[in-house]
Amino acid sequence: MRTSSIRFWQTTTVAFAGAVAAFSIAPASAAEEVNLYSVRQPALIQPLLDAFSRESGVKVNVVFAESGMLERLKAEGANSPADAVLSTDVGTLHDMAEAGLLQGVKSDVLERNIPAAYRHPDGVWFGLTTRARVAYVSKDRVKPGELVNYADLADPKYKGKLCIRSGKHVYNVSLIASMIAHDGEAATKKWLEGVKANLAAKPQGSDRSQAQAIMQGACDISLANAYYLGLMSVDAVQKPWGEAVKPVFLNSQGRGTHVNVSGGAVTKSAKNRANAVKLLEFLSKDEAQKRYAEDNFEYPVKAGVAVHPFIAGLGQFKSDPISLAEVAKHRARATRLVDEVGFDQGGGA
Amino acid sequence: MSDAPSVTRRRAPAVLGRFDGWAAGALVVSGLVAAPLIAVIVLALTPSDDIWSHLLSTVLPLYASNTVFLMTGVGAGTLIIGTATAWLVTMCRFPGRRVFEWLLLLPMAIPAYVIAFLYTDLLEYAGPVQSALRHAAGWTTRRDYWFPDIRSLGGAIAMMTLVLYPYVYLLARAAFHEQSVCVLEVGRTLGRGPWRSFFTIALPLARPAIVVGVALAMMETLSDYGTVTFFEVPTFSAGIYDVWRNMSSVAGAAQLAVVLLVFALILVAAERWARRDRRFHHTTTKYRALPSYRLGGGRAGLAFLICALPVLLGFVLPVGVLIEHSLRAGADSFGWEYLGFAANSLLLSSVSAACAVAVGLLLAYGIRLGRSPLLKYAARIASLGYAVPGAVLAVGVLVPLAAFDNMVDGWMRQLVGVSTGLLLSGTLAAVTFGYVVRFLALAYGAIDASLAKVTPSMDGAARTLGQTPGGALARVHVPIIRGSVLVAAMLVFVDGMKELPMTLIMRPFNFETLATWVYVLGVTERLQDYSPGALVIVAAGVLPIIVMIRTTSRSRPGQGPGQGMTS
Repeated sequence: MRTSSIRFWQTTTVAFAGAVAAFSIAPASAAEEVNLYSVRQPALIQPLLDAFSRESGVKVNVVFAESGMLERLKAEGANSPADAVLSTDVGTLHDMAEAGLLQGVKSDVLERNIPAAYRHPDGVWFGLTTRARVAYVSKDRVKPGELVNYADLADPKYKGKLCIRSGKHVYNVSLIASMIAHDGEAATKKWLEGVKANLAAKPQGSDRSQAQAIMQGACDISLANAYYLGLMSVDAVQKPWGEAVKPVFLNSQGRGTHVNVSGGAVTKSAKNRANAVKLLEFLSKDEAQKRYAEDNFEYPVKAGVAVHPFIAGLGQFKSDPISLAEVAKHRARATRLVDEVGFDQGGGA
Repeated sequence: MSDAPSVTRRRAPAVLGRFDGWAAGALVVSGLVAAPLIAVIVLALTPSDDIWSHLLSTVLPLYASNTVFLMTGVGAGTLIIGTATAWLVTMCRFPGRRVFEWLLLLPMAIPAYVIAFLYTDLLEYAGPVQSALRHAAGWTTRRDYWFPDIRSLGGAIAMMTLVLYPYVYLLARAAFHEQSVCVLEVGRTLGRGPWRSFFTIALPLARPAIVVGVALAMMETLSDYGTVTFFEVPTFSAGIYDVWRNMSSVAGAAQLAVVLLVFALILVAAERWARRDRRFHHTTTKYRALPSYRLGGGRAGLAFLICALPVLLGFVLPVGVLIEHSLRAGADSFGWEYLGFAANSLLLSSVSAACAVAVGLLLAYGIRLGRSPLLKYAARIASLGYAVPGAVLAVGVLVPLAAFDNMVDGWMRQLVGVSTGLLLSGTLAAVTFGYVVRFLALAYGAIDASLAKVTPSMDGAARTLGQTPGGALARVHVPIIRGSVLVAAMLVFVDGMKELPMTLIMRPFNFETLATWVYVLGVTERLQDYSPGALVIVAAGVLPIIVMIRTTSRSRPGQGPGQGMTS
């Protein structure tokens, strides 16, 4: 009788000890590898990473998460296994740099391939692609040349014609931050209030779903990243959404259209520093830059690399030359402005 | 019931005197599990750039009202649906009752973010419902008619109620199952009809279990991020992400998380208050088959409808949509890689479930043995993790774990000149620990509510017969409450299968679970890319639910295994 209870506890203990031991074994490390913390969805970059491994013989290990990677790096400290990070926007890279988690890299290849505006002055992070935040306007209901600048979006004549995703989405926050950098806070706030007053519905959905809303007649104008037009054009369901709208590169005649970059950096803790630099260099070279353009319709940062024909068909534009490191400093302020004007509560009846 | 506490008091000191190891062990374990929450609180103590004055003057009132409405809505919804269906399938006889018994649980296998996504697709402007309406009525644009917006507070309440009511159902059903026939018979003798028996006898007796279920559903609501952001209903947890990511203030985010903890503490206090110092064990061990009310005609139809509706809306319809989209995606979308991801999910969820149940048993039993007030509080704090958004909790887990790893590394370098690096951070052990921290409330709640039913005199009898506390637990308590232990394990398992934010942040390199993979596929915003994986998550969650339900229908005290319910 008693042995049965002893066996119960023995089994339990052994099972737990075994499980803990099995679970704590870190994967064996390959000879040549680079460990990547990615804040960027892996689906789009995986083919690039595979190409890098084929070319260099360096294995790429990835952890992807949209938030928390900064905190993970920070907590792990000098022992962190991460060698490099990739991100969809400058904000995260900027924050990591501010927290002292990245290291400066001096690389002729990176400096040659990436224009100065798209990298940190000390090589702490590097932009790899740019994405333009443009207006999507209805092909039928908005006349060509009618909408020219971001400022026009606040024009009362567009009352009830605008739809947009949450003002707190990183793409919108970045745009608002760039306006603060250029025009100051007061003017930006006034603009935000004007845009809010024009909303047809509560800010919601994604960049793609704004095109869908325009197709359905819910609104005429929205803000979205240009590459989504390309992505929608190759999707059977979303194709008509994209076809209902055309892009307007706002501020093209002025200071230029707002662009953000996706980019990468080498961590301070990097054990495989040389491989991390090699990876970033690979991503800045012609082959990888071409794939970014072809697979995801983004603008390559390297001069001379062709954009996707579909994107080329949307027309040339001038991008805002302001330093993205400067823009990133205003993100917290931009978020507060969105709260202050109650942007996400706009568009109500 | 009234003289039971005095029995406890007479026996307990002896137990405490001889076996303090239990209390000490439980205290250490609850300290470990509480460490991440303490880490969040410590983070909250760092300066946050006066985020509060900004939030107070802008969005905080909205966060607070949305959070309160969402919680009360989901609380009321799960309470009503969960309790009503549990009573019907346990105590009444109507066509389909036996099938509903397990069908009613299935919605819990569907993650809230998946059901929100599916219903939005069905009910939005371009979806089949509105398209059909427009076609039928001849409307052509949005402005021609009004249709409720699924992306709203009401929508969020409906979605979460549909997938969370099974928590209440499960616990209430177990409580109704375990009730003694005698009290019900006394009720009948005194002329109570079915309705009055329910409200005056069964419901008050099942109250601890029901309250635990509702509290769990509300805590999960508090921590939800996916559904509320998808619906653009800003709650505290949406605000936390905003402050964290856009304002780059972890301290501010942690401070908001502490507010969530306060909400959770209020819930726990309410739960304790509802149980107060009454004892809910039944005074007799006479367990015959439960009497049941045979329903006929219209009543049977109504009972059928009440049980069918949650199953239809919470499971059949969403799964149907998933299947339809999966078929459209074609067979090649079910790649072999799913087997690997499913194996990862199953492994993580089952090991976490076993650990959480072990910790839950240790804490609940430790409290029962030791009467240590300190342990009581420690256990309560340890089980608050369920109310904190997973990503914030993940940071709370990362910080102490990495600190521990780095400390060991430092010592080893000093002592033997060898660097051990990060021993635990970034391993599956760390993720498992994270799951236990996050889901302990489920295991502890289910076990604690059920342990209350083992009378103190049974402890006494076991000890008199020479059992050690461990022996008594293994040979008396666990067999008696094994139904609830299974329920506890299953709750943690199913939640583990759905877990996303912690897994994303804490996982090792190149590691995917079903949930993380489906999340990655969701980037295309195409249901056909997303559906096959979501379907696998649901299927993997449904199987253990069915196993569990088959086991618990036989777990009524006094009924041996293999002895079906005679009704």
